[in-house]
Amino acid sequence: MLSIEDHQLLTLISQDCRLSPEELSIQTGLTVEYITRRITQWEDEKVIVQYHPHINWEKTGESQVAALIEVKVLPQRGFGFDKVAKRLQKFPEIKTVYLMSGGYDLALIIEGKSMQEVALFVAEKLATLEHIQSTATHFVLRRYKQDGVELMGQEDVPERLVISP
Amino acid sequence: MKKYLTPLVTEMPPSGIRKFFDLVSTMKDVISLGVGEPDFVTPWTVRESGIFSLEQGQTMYTSNAGLLQLRQALSSYMNKSLGLDYNPNSEILITVGASEAVDLVMRALLGPQDVVLIPDPSYVSYGPCASLVGANVRYVPTWADEDFRLRVKDLEKSYTPKAKLLVLSYPNNPTGAIMTREDLLPIAKFVEEHDLLVLSDEIYSDLTYAGTHTAFASLPGMRNRTLHLSGFSKAYAMTGWRIGYVAGHPDLIHGMTKIHQYTILCAPITAQYAALDALTSADQAKYEMVNTYNQRRRLIVNGFRAMGLSCFEPLGAFYVFPNISATGLSSEDFCEQLLSEEKVAVVPGSVFGPSGEGHIRCSYAYSTEQLKMALERISRFVQRRL
Repeated sequence: MLSIEDHQLLTLISQDCRLSPEELSIQTGLTVEYITRRITQWEDEKVIVQYHPHINWEKTGESQVAALIEVKVLPQRGFGFDKVAKRLQKFPEIKTVYLMSGGYDLALIIEGKSMQEVALFVAEKLATLEHIQSTATHFVLRRYKQDGVELMGQEDVPERLVISP
Repeated sequence: MKKYLTPLVTEMPPSGIRKFFDLVSTMKDVISLGVGEPDFVTPWTVRESGIFSLEQGQTMYTSNAGLLQLRQALSSYMNKSLGLDYNPNSEILITVGASEAVDLVMRALLGPQDVVLIPDPSYVSYGPCASLVGANVRYVPTWADEDFRLRVKDLEKSYTPKAKLLVLSYPNNPTGAIMTREDLLPIAKFVEEHDLLVLSDEIYSDLTYAGTHTAFASLPGMRNRTLHLSGFSKAYAMTGWRIGYVAGHPDLIHGMTKIHQYTILCAPITAQYAALDALTSADQAKYEMVNTYNQRRRLIVNGFRAMGLSCFEPLGAFYVFPNISATGLSSEDFCEQLLSEEKVAVVPGSVFGPSGEGHIRCSYAYSTEQLKMALERISRFVQRRL
């Protein structure tokens, strides 16, 4: 269980991973030494997995296609779905792999430069893998919100008075 | 046409805030730390409930006192978070912001023969609202070296037998000061001994960053003497909804409700439904906002101290009140020169009363990026004068 201080520290880092230990120390009241030690520990333990910026690719004009793939898998004795999932996660085209409850087994998010590229990957690489029974591909048409960030309407920030009591 | 205004209005000085607002409005690219409201938008669940109430056709008057469900929810909120016990049927009145409640208290309790004691510095409305009913105002100074807490020794100096009402406003705007239970107990004793009533404006109570907030009405013997004021503006980022409340002895609430029914009739129904949702669904959103304010608070206090200015640690609201007298400037000159040289708007402490002189009020209801940029500019300005 995380302490309130550690939870606060991780939340701050997840919001802006560019903050230095000194800046984090000012904002949390924790010492620089504690923060540095804790971050190293979290990196070693893979609690902090990666630091990456959140990019809205649509705004760059570069074409980027994403699809959600529902996958039905024949579970393997002794391994369940893990063996297939581990194999799938090696593909760089597959950004996300989830084991799901409900009507299908694995949910994948695949990214590519075009619909054709994604479709080809699904048809040639994914659907032909052993133990995969079927796939259903849903292309993402528009992103409204991702990873907790609203991507639309953020330009219309309401203005406050410049001075108020 | 000025001759048609009553002397009370003519003699009322315009708010010092207004003067500074007009000055800032003429300039471009100003970073302002002058705003007394959250930078967050009202949590979506609350906004959505307001919208839903409109879709349902909830566009009528409510009872004068406000929706019973809202009063019931407030009663249990005050009980759970502050240990207060108010009957939703007779002891709670929903108002148009806590501001209306301030006006109602003054009008219901004070007349030309009465004196009201107001800590200085404090929010700009208390004095003028008291003056409008002809009451006399006596400001009670508070001091930076006592973290701007109200002390009995200062109350005693300002006291007159005509004093009827004491205003308390903690956590405080503009200083960010809080009063702990230990700080409040001697005040309660003084109130009891001098048979005073208390207007306790606790609108920033949820924005307390050390320990838990003590409601004045929860102190022994203070429940019937206190009108407990609060609202949704600060903790739930709902300033524009204009929704607040006052709780107190049924006789006093009844008197205030009479004024309210003739002047306002009722608080806006949409805001009342939104407020109900705030109490029932927005705890997590509130908690996250408070956490963020606390991080910014540390950042800005640290920033001012690093400049070499003395800045007491504010433990409530979202203001810091650094002492700028080391620069040799009055607070008004400091703000005007800072604005013209570095394009940063802060509010002179003197606007909030004579004891605010030598200080500036800076709000930290801004993003960390804006705060850092503003601190950099203020630091440049201060270094040129130290």
